[in-house]
This record gives sequence, structure tokens and C-alpha cells, in this order.
Amino acid sequence: MTDDLSTGPRGRRFGLWAVTGLTVAVILAAWYLASNVFSASPLFLPSPQSVWKAFLTICATQYKGYTLWQHLGSSLQRLMLAFGLSVVTAVPLGLASGYVPWIKAIWEPIIEFYRPLPPLAYYTLLVLWMGIDNESKVMLLYLACFAPIYVACASAVMRIGQNYLRNARVLGARRGQVFLHVILPFALPEIFVGMRTALGVGYTTLVAAEMVAARSGIGWMVLDASNYLRSDIIFVGILVMGVTGILLDRVIRLAEAYFVPWKGKDY
Amino acid sequence: MDKSQGLTPQSRFFRSDEAVILSVDRLQMRYGGKRAVETLDDFSLDVHKGEFICILGPSGCGKSTLLSVVAGILRPTGGSVTMNGRPITGMDWHRTLMFQSPTLYPWLSAYDNVAFGPRMRRMPRAAVDERVRRYLELVGLTEFAAAKPYELSGGMKQRVALARALVSEPSVILMDEPFGALDAFTRTNMQVLIRDIWRKHNNTLLLITHDVDEALALASRVVVMSARPGRLVGMFDAMFSHPLTGTAEDDAVRASDEYVKLRRAILNLIDTGEGKNR
Repeated sequence: MTDDLSTGPRGRRFGLWAVTGLTVAVILAAWYLASNVFSASPLFLPSPQSVWKAFLTICATQYKGYTLWQHLGSSLQRLMLAFGLSVVTAVPLGLASGYVPWIKAIWEPIIEFYRPLPPLAYYTLLVLWMGIDNESKVMLLYLACFAPIYVACASAVMRIGQNYLRNARVLGARRGQVFLHVILPFALPEIFVGMRTALGVGYTTLVAAEMVAARSGIGWMVLDASNYLRSDIIFVGILVMGVTGILLDRVIRLAEAYFVPWKGKDY
Repeated sequence: MDKSQGLTPQSRFFRSDEAVILSVDRLQMRYGGKRAVETLDDFSLDVHKGEFICILGPSGCGKSTLLSVVAGILRPTGGSVTMNGRPITGMDWHRTLMFQSPTLYPWLSAYDNVAFGPRMRRMPRAAVDERVRRYLELVGLTEFAAAKPYELSGGMKQRVALARALVSEPSVILMDEPFGALDAFTRTNMQVLIRDIWRKHNNTLLLITHDVDEALALASRVVVMSARPGRLVGMFDAMFSHPLTGTAEDDAVRASDEYVKLRRAILNLIDTGEGKNR
């Protein structure tokens, strides 16, 4: 690897990883000191050891009928189902809206209206219509994920240089072919941006929705634990949510690097 | 025009035995409603098969508008453009385009970029392969067939764009300042390349430029336009695209009296053409 002065030498990147690691270590140490040396109340701040023990316990045995992984699994299942549905519908609709004005005229007002609404505001309606089980939650998450992907796709099409589209037409591509072979790949970088936003919004909404009404799921676990003052479980839940969120985002970024190798390069 | 040192604009008016392939007839282009801006006014031009026409003019003279109309991107507000006697109604692969920026698709390799047009037109796979290889070789990029656009230099990208425009074997290739963004060395190389291809294959080319030397180096006929509204103010048989070969001898040609005089005449014409509209 050569030293690129704009990004810094390769070695410095590992240095940055060390800085990140150190930050985490300092936070953990502060936590340890606060609970063990300064003996903060375990109700407000359970010690790292007790949180670790709670983590091991609910991994191996159960919390209210399900293990931690089952709770996480049922949350992720809802999220992935809704996210997958929103990707396969919002991407074509968003791209079509950017390409064909009348499609945009139909869909934009609807999406512009509900997008700024807090999802929990219309969740009550969804529960009324679809029941308290998974259907209403998946629908809620679907709507939450749909808007950012749709908006990203519609604006991506607007940003494609006219000459790229003209060239495709001049070379003999029909409108449908232009859509599939030029517009879709050109929009990929922004589709990924939309997908990252959607997953973040979806995950937040999911936990909130589970706190309103559910019998399983990581969000529900945290809410239930708080009813019984199980701070250790609350901490486990929050940490697992955080780590899962980071991992989900990483997966999308890896996929982006694989599918959009030209991003940030001069083509 | 009195300053043109014995060369009146039409003095070397072009005559070709080849058939007229593209005919621009009294083209007029106006934008906007009440306060309309006129970019092209009464522009007529016949393009014969095998010609290499360079359209030369100051910025804002409607050169690009003209090319867009010929390509079928814009509909003119007056006049007509016909190809082989049929009016142009839209874009099609009989008139391919090359722009100042290469506009390659970054997810496709050089090979796939060139293959894009034939594949979209569902040409049989073997025929696509044969053609793409042939044209990649013609522009000297055989070894870079698998490279992605962002792995190629600016000149190489423009060569891929050239191969992509050629591969359909269109009736006319339209070029909008195709070398404008390249450095001087690369530009000269591209000019030599395109001239060689034109000589060998007898393509019909319509190239827009604001560089007199480029026009004189490339064209079989130079068409001079005035500033807005774009009018045809002069035509010259260039004659220099044959003696100019991209070698050291070019310097002698460029220093010759005939070259200097013609260059001067064209520049004067652009100046006076502009003056009329001030």
C-alpha cells in the first residue's frame, strides 16, 4: 500500500481503530468504576458483571418464555420482512416516479403526507385495522421503510446526466430497456443510501412498536424488564439493540461496496 | 469579409459526387414564448456520404442545438432535417453521439460499454462479440476490454466512447466537442486516431468545435457559424486533413502560407459574423 497523503498512511488507519477501541475501553472502565468502586445503585446502574451474567442467563435459558436470541429473532424477522417488502416495492415505484411524471403525480402527495408523521401516531390505526399481532407491526415497519427508499430513488433518477440517457436511446435502447439497464444501475448508490436510512428508521420504529404492544421481541423484552425493575436485562437489551444496529448497517455498506464499486470514483 | 485575403467564404465551395445523406433545410430554433431567444436561424446544410464536416463557431452560436436537432433529441421550431430523404422524428442508432464527457456506464467494462448498443438491439451474441472486438482493436484498447471506466485514463475513456459510437456502424456520427476536455497530447492523439479511422472506413462525421486548428486538422469541409442566432456564414474545403498526419511534418503544413491564410480568413469571418449581431 502506498501512502496517499489525502487519506493518510495505511498505518494510521489501524491507529484510528486503536482510538475507537480505547474510547470503548474508557467507557467500560468508567462504568466498572462507577458501579463497583463508587457503588452506584444497581437499580440505576447495574454493574458490568451483572449485565454479563444476565446476558449469559437469557442466552442459555429464557426471559418470559423466550431466550434472548428468540426475542432478537422475532424482532429481526419483522424488520427483515418489512424491509424486504419495502425494497422490492419502493425501488421500482421510486425510480418510475423519477422517470415518468404522472406516476410521480399519483404517489408523491401520499408519501409526502405520511412521511413526516411519527410512525407511532398511525400505529394505533394499524392495530385497529390489522390486529395486535405481527401484521400491524410489519405494516408499520413497511411504511416506515418505504418512504426513505422511495424518496432516494425518485431523486436519484433526477440526478442522472441527460447525456447518459440520450446515449442509451441513440444506441437503440427502448424506454423499458433504458429503465432496466441504465436508470436502475445508475440509481444504485442512492438506493443504498435510502436502504441504510430505511433500516435505521425501521429498527427504531420496531423497538418503539414492540414497546406499545407485543408478547416477544427485543423491544418488548426491555419494556417488560423495566416493569420488574430488572435493570440488568434492560442494559442487555439496549446493548444488543445497539450492536445489532451497527451490524445491520455494516451489512448494507458491504453490499454497497460490492454492488457499487464506482462510487466516489471518476468515471 | 473584405479582409479574407482573396478568399471569399464560398470561394472553395464544396462539391461531392457522393449522395446527400443528411439534409438540414432552413432550420430555425427558438426558445421561450414572448421574449423568445433565437439560437438557430435559417441554417441549411447538405452532408454527403463520407464527408468529415467540422462545424466551427463561437460559444453560444447554437452548434450544440444544431447537433441535438440532427440527433433527434430536440424538435426544431422551423425547417426540417431529413436523413436519406426521410424526416428525423426521434433518436435512433443511425446517428450516434459522442460528447465532451465520455458518458460511459460505470458498472460496465469497456467491452460491455461498446456492446451496449448492439445488445439492446438484440444482435446475435456471436455478431456482437465479433464487432466489439473489432472496434476495440480499432481504437487500440484490446487489452483493456475488461477494465471498468474508472480504471481508464481520460483519453482511453474517450476512445471507448468512440468505439461505442462506431460499433453500430451508423450512417452519421455526431460529435459535440469530443476532445474538449482532454489534455493537448491526448487530444492530438485522438485527432490522429479519428482521422485515420475516417480515412480507412469512409464514415460520415459531423463534429462541433470552437478550435480552428482542430477543424482544419480534421475536416474535409469546415462550416463556420456566427454567434446567436446561429447562422451559416461560410464554408471552406479544408484540404489539410490529408497532409496533416500527426507527425513532425505537420509543423511545416501549419506554417505554410496556405494554411495561415485560410486560418486567418476563418477567424476574420467569425469576428465579422459576430459583429453583425452586436
